[in-house]
Amino acid sequence: MAYTEEELKKELETKEYEYGFYTDIESDTLPKGLNEEIVIAISKKKEEPDWMTQWRLEAFKAWKEMEEPEWANVTYKKPDFQDISYYSAPNKKPKYNSLDEVDPELLDTFKKLGISVDEQKKLAGVAVDIVMDSVSVATTFKKTLAEKGIIFCSISEAIQEHPELVKKYIGTVVPKKDNFYAALNSAVFSDGSFCYIPKGVRCPMELSTYFRINQAGTGQFERTLVIADEGSYVSYLEGCTAPSRDENQLHAAVVELIAMDDAEIKYSTVQNWFPGDKEGKGGVFNFVTKRGLCEKNAKISWTQVETGSAVTWKYPSCVLKGDNSIGEFYSIAVTNNFQQADTGTKMIHLGKNTRSTIISKGISAGQSQNSYRGLVQVNSRAENARNFSQCDSLLMGNLCGAHTFPYIEAKNKTAQIEHEATTSKIGEDQIFYCNQRGIDTEKAIALIVNGFSKEVLNKLPMEFAVEAQKLLEISLEGSVG
Amino acid sequence: MLEIKNLHASVEDKKILKGINLEVNAGEVHAIMGPNGSGKSTLASVIAGKEEFDIKKGTISLDGEDLEELAPEERAHKGIFLSFQYPVEIPGVTVTNFIKTAINESRKARGLEDMPANQMLKLIREKSELLEIDRKFLSRSLNEGFSGGEKKRNEIFQLAMMEPKLAILDETDSGLDIDALRIVANGVNKLRGKDNAIIVITHYQRLLDYIVPDYVHVLHDGKIVKSGTKELALELEEKGYDWIKQEATV
Repeated sequence: MAYTEEELKKELETKEYEYGFYTDIESDTLPKGLNEEIVIAISKKKEEPDWMTQWRLEAFKAWKEMEEPEWANVTYKKPDFQDISYYSAPNKKPKYNSLDEVDPELLDTFKKLGISVDEQKKLAGVAVDIVMDSVSVATTFKKTLAEKGIIFCSISEAIQEHPELVKKYIGTVVPKKDNFYAALNSAVFSDGSFCYIPKGVRCPMELSTYFRINQAGTGQFERTLVIADEGSYVSYLEGCTAPSRDENQLHAAVVELIAMDDAEIKYSTVQNWFPGDKEGKGGVFNFVTKRGLCEKNAKISWTQVETGSAVTWKYPSCVLKGDNSIGEFYSIAVTNNFQQADTGTKMIHLGKNTRSTIISKGISAGQSQNSYRGLVQVNSRAENARNFSQCDSLLMGNLCGAHTFPYIEAKNKTAQIEHEATTSKIGEDQIFYCNQRGIDTEKAIALIVNGFSKEVLNKLPMEFAVEAQKLLEISLEGSVG
Repeated sequence: MLEIKNLHASVEDKKILKGINLEVNAGEVHAIMGPNGSGKSTLASVIAGKEEFDIKKGTISLDGEDLEELAPEERAHKGIFLSFQYPVEIPGVTVTNFIKTAINESRKARGLEDMPANQMLKLIREKSELLEIDRKFLSRSLNEGFSGGEKKRNEIFQLAMMEPKLAILDETDSGLDIDALRIVANGVNKLRGKDNAIIVITHYQRLLDYIVPDYVHVLHDGKIVKSGTKELALELEEKGYDWIKQEATV
């Protein structure tokens, strides 16, 4: 989406969260609370096969025994898991073949978000699988993709239509007992996206999914599974906006990526969940497990721009299992007001000659706390593994905090690991210099922040980069007096 | 053009400028000289509007308009340009992107559209040739890893791009070797015209061999203690600042 200067200016003037509106669509919501019956009910509502139901129940059993992790550098009031409704789907939900059949109110919501399917169709080369609350309601460009043998659909649909693929791969990268939130997600995930790229196929367009939490008090549990078969390539975009709410909303997604021999997956995220208001009230809790597995010569790149959520707990990781595989993590995390982010990555080097790169840019403003947490682990058999990590923090004002928690575990003597970290503050001298050249303070900050984030912004696909740049500016609006 | 009357300025209650009077007309080049700590850089910062300085007394006006209430960027929009003694680094922002933003922000303030890209490119090419700047230099991050000479040359490049009404060069000669000095001075001289004015702040006479001033002022302890023509600079070079100090105390 291209934004004109004028639009940008107008948006900058609006400090409140711009996507804070409700959509009045009838929903089919399960009663609050979580027990085996609810798990079974979710599975039943989605008409899932028995193996899936059993899988969910095993996850639920494991989750019951687990405790919420407390090691992250964040403080918040823990959600009451019995006070959440675990399923909500837009009601009038036949499978649509054309836009005309879609609930006009829903289309209207898309328009407000600036991502109307109409518009998307015109925009060259982007197929969108929009997740509204938890069920996919619109999928476009499916035909073009189908011609190449690419499967891009909701995970529910994949469970129905491609059970062999789902059954084979789900939970192989993020096991259902991996951690508290992953187990919860495995038990109750409502929907999400599924993507399969066949051998040797280069996906001709950027695949994108927009997430949106919509039902008050409804946790959202997305499940994404991307499989790139041998020698294939796919670039996947995920963008998020959420309506504003007073009570906290829980979001615990799981994303699994599988890059087989010689395959490459680029996964880009722009995350803009509601961060809470200026007093720190409300906002989304974002506890996400994202992990990718690289086979021989494969490559996975995670790029994320995190501007939203009240609390973020997120570590997109790569398991570099195959020899010569490559893992990359590029991240910009912005926190303002009372936001807290604990984010980073894990690079697990198992194969020989594996390489990983971590570039993390944290920007803290207001009274927020921004932490980078990263693990670089080199296994004893991973000869010649290399890692380069760079963590830069930019502070605005005196009340915010930036923290870096790098963990390095090298069990092979041939490993080469580099870690660089910098912390800087936007200086009055920098601002005055810009002012003297006719650039006002607001614009100067945008310029400095964009410069700081450039290495990561450059990794995003073009249309996403523009949106991300705009988000950075909106997120930091008014943060320096 | 620029009129400074009885200017007193302090930083954190420390008096630095103690009654400056200066009038600069269009087409003129003024040199301000003086020993370290005499207030030269403070004067430059006060004219540019740096907030840490408090104006206690007196006025600064540009073309009859009082500058006191104007923010630094508004002064820039009116045509005041300061070439910094210590230019700051802005990582990730290229020289080109920075100057483009500066020019377009100033145009916006004057109610003009952004400068068309081809015109901008042409201007950049022209001015970088004038200052013998390598094209590769333009895509580097602003002042990051620049040598002292490169930083100063970049300041003058921006000056050339922005074509200000009043340019203040704060110790532009420091950190320059003789070749760079000649190039920079050459660039500045080409920008001299009947409609603009230049204030050259310097410690040494050296720069004034290349940028020949119409007037020379000597600043000491926050006051202009002596004014004259370019010969005054030569005299200072020969005798040092001590005789001025003595004269001032007498």
